[in-house]
Amino acid sequence: MNWKFTGDRPVYQQIMETLRGAILKGELPPGGKVPSVRDLAAQAQVNPNTMQRALTELEREGLLVGGGTSGRTVTQDETILSAMREQALQALARECAEKFMVFGLTPTQAARLLVALDTPKEES
Amino acid sequence: MEEYVLNAQGLSMRYHRTLALDNLNLTLTPGKIVGLLGPNGSGKTTLIKLTAGLLTPTSGEIQVCGQPISPATKALVSYLPDKTYFSAKQKIRELLDTFQDFYADFDRERAENMLGALGISLEARLGSLSKGNQEKVQLVVVMSRRARLYLLDEPIGGVDPAARDYILNTIITNYDPTATVLISTHLIEDVERVLDEFIFLNQGKIVRQGTADQVREETGKSLDELFREVFKCLPNC
Repeated sequence: MNWKFTGDRPVYQQIMETLRGAILKGELPPGGKVPSVRDLAAQAQVNPNTMQRALTELEREGLLVGGGTSGRTVTQDETILSAMREQALQALARECAEKFMVFGLTPTQAARLLVALDTPKEES
Repeated sequence: MEEYVLNAQGLSMRYHRTLALDNLNLTLTPGKIVGLLGPNGSGKTTLIKLTAGLLTPTSGEIQVCGQPISPATKALVSYLPDKTYFSAKQKIRELLDTFQDFYADFDRERAENMLGALGISLEARLGSLSKGNQEKVQLVVVMSRRARLYLLDEPIGGVDPAARDYILNTIITNYDPTATVLISTHLIEDVERVLDEFIFLNQGKIVRQGTADQVREETGKSLDELFREVFKCLPNC
């Protein structure tokens, strides 16, 4: 997992994003075991209480299950996973659209550029 | 009073004409990593030395785990001074012997494992090690005690970034939920991710206190930025 933090937002929120990303990318597969709070805190070099808080929040969202002595696992609930994926992709789209808007492009104009990337190159 | 690991009330410390701590009130609860942050001369080391029982306050009171400062509280407090008090001629094995003799809560096996992982020989003399390794050895022995309160005075001053990471990792992985760690430093950017709470100290007074994530949530600023802002407009720094 790629732990990078910026100073302007709470660390626990940034940890949650990194973990959601790891689940989306399959680094933490559905049903897979999540490392212990202590190990994750050491990996990310953050306070164990902050890591604990991030994991508890993800548990509340239903993305992680367990949390007892046997440790946490990633949920296998497809509904929750696809909702999370949907949300993450929408957030990405919004972020992308905002970047285009800086240059005065509407989302539709931006979409045209994206579609163009998709078309196979024509031979000249 | 047992719920507080540290409880200081009306604490003042005067060195001749200098008032190093000015009627300070502070309580710390268990299970926290707390940053004691302030410019040079703000009273950080004085507060730590008073808590360690190395100084006697001019007025006011300190309790550790509900007890006034005494040999009993020294058994509960593990203190890393800002300057070393170990002899450069001493072998590391002898240093471990000393700690074992002095402190009932010293976990020698843990210390030896950590030194082994660092590749530091027990037969080496402290003076023969690099500055970074000397700092690591001191931190290893201090964190190998099963104390209730760890007082770390500038644990990351003057070491390279890799050593700094090692030191912060040692702090994170060794502390247990019943203990509290008080870290004094002015290198805020390096420690802020590991802190639960912070205390800004200036001219012997607490000027701001809170949790690190709360600052980021409410102000959108890092502790480092907040520190620069708070201390910019204060005199004498």
